[in-house]
Amino acid sequence: MSRVNTSGSAVLRRLAVWLVAMAVIAILPYIFTSGSSVSMMSQMGIFIIFALSYNMLLGEAGMLSFGHAVYFGLGGTMTLHAINRVNDGAWWFPLELMPLAGGACGLFFGILFGAVTTRRGGVTFAMITLGIGVMVEASAHIFTDFFGGESGVTANRVTDVTVLPFSYGPSIQVYYLIGAWTVVAALVMFLLTRTPLGRISNAVRDNPERAQFVGYNTTITRFVQFSLSGFFAGVAGGLFAILFEIMTAANVGLIQSGGVLLMTFIGGLGVFFGPIIGAVLVIYLQVALSGFSDGWILYFGLLFVLMVMFVPQGIAGVIVAHVAPWRAGLLHRFVVPYALAVVPALLSFVGLVAIIEMGYHLSLSYNPSSPIELFSVEVVATRYLSWAVALLVFAAGIASLRWVTGQIGSRWGDVNRAMDTQGHGND
Amino acid sequence: MLESFIFSVLNGVLYGMLLFMLASGLTLIFGMMGVLNFAHASYYMLGAYFAFSISEYAGFWVALILAPIVVGLLGALTERFGLRNVHKHGHVAELLFTFGLVYVIDELVVLIWGRVPVNYQIPDALDFTLFSLYGSQFPAYRGFILLVAIAMFVAIYVLLVRTRVGMIIRASLSHPDMVGALGHNVPRIFTLVFAFGTGLAGLAGVMAGNYFITEPGMAYAMGPIVFVVVVFGGLGSLGGAFVASLIIGLVTTFAVGMNYSVADLLAGMGIAFGQDSVLGINLSRFGLMLPYLMMVLILIVRPRGLMGARES
Repeated sequence: MSRVNTSGSAVLRRLAVWLVAMAVIAILPYIFTSGSSVSMMSQMGIFIIFALSYNMLLGEAGMLSFGHAVYFGLGGTMTLHAINRVNDGAWWFPLELMPLAGGACGLFFGILFGAVTTRRGGVTFAMITLGIGVMVEASAHIFTDFFGGESGVTANRVTDVTVLPFSYGPSIQVYYLIGAWTVVAALVMFLLTRTPLGRISNAVRDNPERAQFVGYNTTITRFVQFSLSGFFAGVAGGLFAILFEIMTAANVGLIQSGGVLLMTFIGGLGVFFGPIIGAVLVIYLQVALSGFSDGWILYFGLLFVLMVMFVPQGIAGVIVAHVAPWRAGLLHRFVVPYALAVVPALLSFVGLVAIIEMGYHLSLSYNPSSPIELFSVEVVATRYLSWAVALLVFAAGIASLRWVTGQIGSRWGDVNRAMDTQGHGND
Repeated sequence: MLESFIFSVLNGVLYGMLLFMLASGLTLIFGMMGVLNFAHASYYMLGAYFAFSISEYAGFWVALILAPIVVGLLGALTERFGLRNVHKHGHVAELLFTFGLVYVIDELVVLIWGRVPVNYQIPDALDFTLFSLYGSQFPAYRGFILLVAIAMFVAIYVLLVRTRVGMIIRASLSHPDMVGALGHNVPRIFTLVFAFGTGLAGLAGVMAGNYFITEPGMAYAMGPIVFVVVVFGGLGSLGGAFVASLIIGLVTTFAVGMNYSVADLLAGMGIAFGQDSVLGINLSRFGLMLPYLMMVLILIVRPRGLMGARES
C-alpha cells in the first residue's frame, strides 16, 4: 500500500480491475434474475458506497464514528423531498442525479457537525458522534415536517424528469442506476486515497502528534475527510431513498450506524476493497438469515466479536496476508493445515448453531416440544439428549480448532522464515 | 405549581441516582482500565433479568445480593477471556469489542427470557407509601433506591480512597508497571475492577428492573444516556459522574414536565409567533434530546467534562 506504483503496466492492471467490476455489475442480473436477488444486489451497491464512506473515517483517518447514519439518513430524506418537489413541478432535476441532492445534504451536515466533532480524535470523537447520532434520531420525532414523523417520508421515484429514456419504475432500471453510482463513487473514493489528503489522513491516523509536528493540521485534515465522507454517505442515502421510496427515523439512528460499522470492520479496515466485501457479505447474510432464523442479530454479534478478538484485520486483511506467500510460491504449504481446519470449524459451527436455535425455539416458540429441523436432522429442543449432543459437538469442535489454529500458526512461522531466507537469497 | 416542582425534584434526583448507579461502574472501569464499556447497560439489563429469575425462587432480598454477584462474575469472565485478548490491539479494538457484546448480550437475553416483558415486581415489604405531599404519594421503593444509591456512593468512595485495596487499584491505573514490579498481579486487578464495575451495573438493574419494566429494550433505553452522564461529568471521575447524574436526571425530568413552547414564552413577553413553526413545538418533546445536546456542547467547550482530570 505504501508504494505508489505509477508504471504503465500497473495502471493498466488497475484499470482492468475496474472494468471487470463494471462487467460483473452489468452481467449479474442476467445470472440472478429473480426480483428478490435484484433488490438484494441493489442494496449491496448502496451499502458498498456507505461502507466505503465509513472507511474514509475509520480505516483512512482512524476516526471511530458511532453516528455515520446521520448523513446517510439525512441525505436520503432530503432526496425524497427533492423528488417530491420535482413531482410537484416546482423543481427540475433529473432522477439520475438525485443522489447528488443526498450528497449535498450529507456534505452540508458533514461540514456542520464536522466542525464540532473533528477537533479531537480517539474516544472523545467517538463519544461526540454517538451524542450527535442519538440527538438527530431524537430530533426526528420532533421536526416532523422534515422527517415525516412516525410514518416517515415517502415519494414516488417515477418523476418523468430523466436524462436517459428510462422511467426508473422497474427495479432492474434502478439496479443499473445504483450500479453506475457505485462504480463512480467507489472510483472517486479510491482516487481520494491517492491524493495528498488521503496520505495525510493516514498519517493523522497512525500518529497525530508526529503529523502535527511535521506541520500538518490534524483538525483540518479530519474535518475535510469527515465532510467528504458525509457527502458519500449522503449519496448512498439518496440511492437508498430511490430504491425504497421511504425514509424513517430509524434510518438516521444508532442501529443503522452500528450496522455500517459492523460491515466495514468485518470486511477489513486496512484494505480499500475490505468494506466492499463486508457490505456484500453482511447484506447477503442479513437477507438470507433473517428469513431463516430469529437469531440473525446474535449471529452477527458473535461474528463481529470473534473477528475483533481473533481477526482484527478483517476478511480483506486475511486475503492480503496470503499475497506474499503466493508470490513466493509457498501458498501450497497451507493446504494441509487449512484442510485440517475444515472439520473442526464445521463441528463448532454446527454445535453453536444447534445450541442457539434450540434456545430460540424454547423461548420464542408457542410449542417448544415441536421438533425443529437443523442441518436436515429433526431435533426436539426439550430433550436433554439434544442439548448434550449439541454441547458435545461444540466442545469437540472448539478443542480441535484450538489445536489446528496452533498448527496453522506454526506453519505461518515456517513460511515467514522461508520467505525471509528467499529474500536474502535474492539480494 | 409548588407540588409539581417538589415532585419533579424528587423524581429528578431519583432518576439521577439510578443513572449514577450505572455511571459509577462505567466511569470506574474507564478510569482504571481506559476501556469505555459500551455494553455497560447490557450488564444492567442482565442484573434485572437475573433478579427476576432469582426472586422467583428465593425472593427479592436474596436476588438483591446474588444477582449483582452473578453479573460481576460474568463481567470477570468477559474481561478474562475476551477483553484481555483484545487489549493488545488498542483502545479502539476494546471499544469495538464491547460494542459487539451489546448485540450478543441483548440477543442472549431474548434467547433466554423471550421478547415480551417479564413480571419482575417490587417486593411486598417495600410496596407502601412512604409519605404523602399535597395529596400525591411517594412510594417507599423510591426511597429505597435513593438509600441504596447513596450507600453505594459512600462505599465506593471509602473503598477507593480509604483502603489499601483502593490504593493499589488507583496506583495500577497510573503506574501499572511499578505496581507489577511491587509484586501485584495487574491483569488480575483489571479483572476485579471490571467485575466490580459490571456488578454495580447489575445492582442498578436489580433496583431499576421492577421500578421500570424488565424487557429486552431496557439496555437500549439506558445505554446512550449513561454515556452522556459519564462524558458530561468527565471520563474517569466519580465525583463528576455523581454531579452529572443529578444534573441530567433533573434536567430531563423537568423538561418532560414542561408544558410550554418557546412561542408560548415569547407570547408571554408580547411577541406573537405562529404555533405551527419550530418554536411552537412543546418543550417537553425536546426533553429526550436535551442531554445529548448538553453533552455535545460540553465536549465543545470543555472536552474533559465537568470534573475530568484529563482528556481521553
